[in-house]
Amino acid sequence: MPRTAVRPRRGGGIRRGEARSGWLFVAPAVIITTVFLVIPIMLALWVSVSDWNGFQSPLNPRVNFVGLENYAAITVEDGLDQRNFGTAVRNNFYYVLFVVPLQTIIALLLAVQVNRAALRGKGFFRTAFYFPSVTSTVAIVIVFQFLFTASGAVNAVIGAFGIDGPDWFNDSTGVFHGILSAFGVGAPTSGLLAEPGFLGISGWQWLAGPSVAMSSLIILAIFTTSGTFMLLFLAALQSIGSEIDEASLMDGAGPVRKFFSITLPMLRPTLFTVLTLGLIGSWQVFDQIYVLGGTSAGGTISTPAFLAYRSSFVDLQWGQGAAIAFILFVFIIILTLLQRWALAERGPKKFKQSKVTPKVQGGLR
Amino acid sequence: MRTSQWSAAALAAGLVVTLAACAPADESGGEATGQELTMLIGSSGDAETNAVQAAADAWAAETGNSVEVIAANDLVQQLGQGFSGNNPPDLFYMPWDQFQTYAAQGFIEPYADDLANAGDFLPALREQFSYDGQFYCAPKDFSTLGLQINTQAWADAGLTDADIPTDWDQLATVAAALTTDDQVGLSMGREYARVGVFMNQAGGTLVDGETIAADSAENAEGLAYLQQLIADGSLKFPQELEAGWGGEAFGLGKAAMVIEGPWINGAMANDFPDREFISVELPAGPAGASTFAFSNCWGMPVGSETRDATIDLIEFLTSDEQQLAFAEAFGVIPSTESGSAAYAEQFPDNAAFVAGVASATSPVAFQGAAAAIADFNTQLEQIGSADPSSLLATLQANLQAAYDEANG
Repeated sequence: MPRTAVRPRRGGGIRRGEARSGWLFVAPAVIITTVFLVIPIMLALWVSVSDWNGFQSPLNPRVNFVGLENYAAITVEDGLDQRNFGTAVRNNFYYVLFVVPLQTIIALLLAVQVNRAALRGKGFFRTAFYFPSVTSTVAIVIVFQFLFTASGAVNAVIGAFGIDGPDWFNDSTGVFHGILSAFGVGAPTSGLLAEPGFLGISGWQWLAGPSVAMSSLIILAIFTTSGTFMLLFLAALQSIGSEIDEASLMDGAGPVRKFFSITLPMLRPTLFTVLTLGLIGSWQVFDQIYVLGGTSAGGTISTPAFLAYRSSFVDLQWGQGAAIAFILFVFIIILTLLQRWALAERGPKKFKQSKVTPKVQGGLR
Repeated sequence: MRTSQWSAAALAAGLVVTLAACAPADESGGEATGQELTMLIGSSGDAETNAVQAAADAWAAETGNSVEVIAANDLVQQLGQGFSGNNPPDLFYMPWDQFQTYAAQGFIEPYADDLANAGDFLPALREQFSYDGQFYCAPKDFSTLGLQINTQAWADAGLTDADIPTDWDQLATVAAALTTDDQVGLSMGREYARVGVFMNQAGGTLVDGETIAADSAENAEGLAYLQQLIADGSLKFPQELEAGWGGEAFGLGKAAMVIEGPWINGAMANDFPDREFISVELPAGPAGASTFAFSNCWGMPVGSETRDATIDLIEFLTSDEQQLAFAEAFGVIPSTESGSAAYAEQFPDNAAFVAGVASATSPVAFQGAAAAIADFNTQLEQIGSADPSSLLATLQANLQAAYDEANG
């Protein structure tokens, strides 16, 4: 609270009672946040260390404290629960690995294109690119299901080039496994890669890459979210004054140089926003998986968020479900902090051009 | 400090509000009239929803209660939500695969022995809905699996009534004969609830008394037989035929035979009214005939406030007369001995499903088994290429762990 330093002494003068009024004004927000956020989180934390089976209140006297048992069951104890969690983490890891960079790059390129002064039909393109974002994911998944069936439109198109397309949403082959087997590398029968490793998943399985089914979902996610992030980038781009463009033009920068040395550094705050939102959103992916049933394609499209749902509502293992949700929560926070550190301003040595942009904010506020 | 007092007060107020909402309701039997009951059903379609609603309305008018029938989108999820929110429906479809879990967790009321017609149910169903020696809930109806044959494809392949398969060899022969370029001889869901009958027909079982016997040679033999059919090209699963389930593959003409239950009659009538087919008993395996029986029961939450009224409603819904009305509306078989006998007479086309009762067993469903079975269903995607014993070894380990947890 930096205010305390400048505030006059408590209890006297014209500012008397200010604190009370302040609290009165924020009370609705505080109450709403407490009732709908703080208390549910506390209850979920309690559920994750209890043996609550989903019957009546989690605070009824028959519910016992079991310590970290639920966390242990999904992380360190050998068994189905651990393997399911490991598989879900693996699947989601590859999902994030592809979705976040691709959607950011595509959103940025789209934003730069529709921001060009010379573009005809700008409004049309902006609407077209943004449209998937305002459409319900569920509707898009169902359309994609038709496009990606074995005899669907996608396979018809690639079939025209003589490629025999897979049965997308039902194919559990890992993409990396597929590439390796094309070079004659098959599953090892012994050695480190064949043994169950981290989270009960063998090294070979960790290296599987996204399955073909997951790849379809990756394409879907990029298609739906790029538009949203394009809008964020577009807002930031429009706040870069044309005088900066002109100045760089006078200095003799070409379009590529201008993009990497002027535009990109000035977009850094927006880039941080987009990457953070993308990272959080893609670690929490749920709707698409739920619509597809979640357990199809050999379990290769299951994600921790879906598993948390399934453990709770279907298997009535509410403690495990809550534990998965908390692990995911902590994991996302750590990743976000890491990324914040990676994108922090580093002084002029590393980014020589940053003196061109003295503390200009991206205009998203 | 002042601020912390304020926030503590706000937090405490919030907690009181939330926790008050979580307080358990008081438990009593309640009146038999003037009740407003809610009923949650997992409906197969409008025909079922309307029939159940009509029956509930008839009872309500007679007894002076009212019943709201809600057709669930996702029954298990909505039940879980109702119980955790301490607001479960007064009466609901209790799916067979969740029954043991719900009973073990103490969610449902063991009311069935108090029913006036408790002694009328088929013994196999009574056993299916008993937990720890106690008969919990009234079986709603039941279905067994049979073999559906597309009569047009059958005739086109030059087969006659004498060729209807009664054992595995004959099944393999006709499946091969029915397989053409754009039609596969046999299809079925790629899941334990279908594949498992072949394991049972070979003499296998998943739980043998007190021990888990998933990795037995008999179970492996059942899977090996299916693998042979796959290798011959005469068995394909609906996913490979671009169908959502066996019935769709059958209706589309992509499979000439499927293994499904009586619900296929309604599905064909709705979606593929031109498809002509017959249902026969499943062919027997080396260890004799075997099929699965599936049944839901009428679940009641434990300590229900509307117990008396609900029991009255259940007695009404499980009466032979009402069950036969349901049978007519959406094709299920009555769960009582006299009802199922009347059904076989009234619907001779479905006699094969009733005949299956003699050899029917219930799929394994002890508490926690559902997750192991779900994993096995996932593993079955590799049934074309994997070694049966390795598939079964995983199932054995998972079932054993679930069994130990449920009984230890």
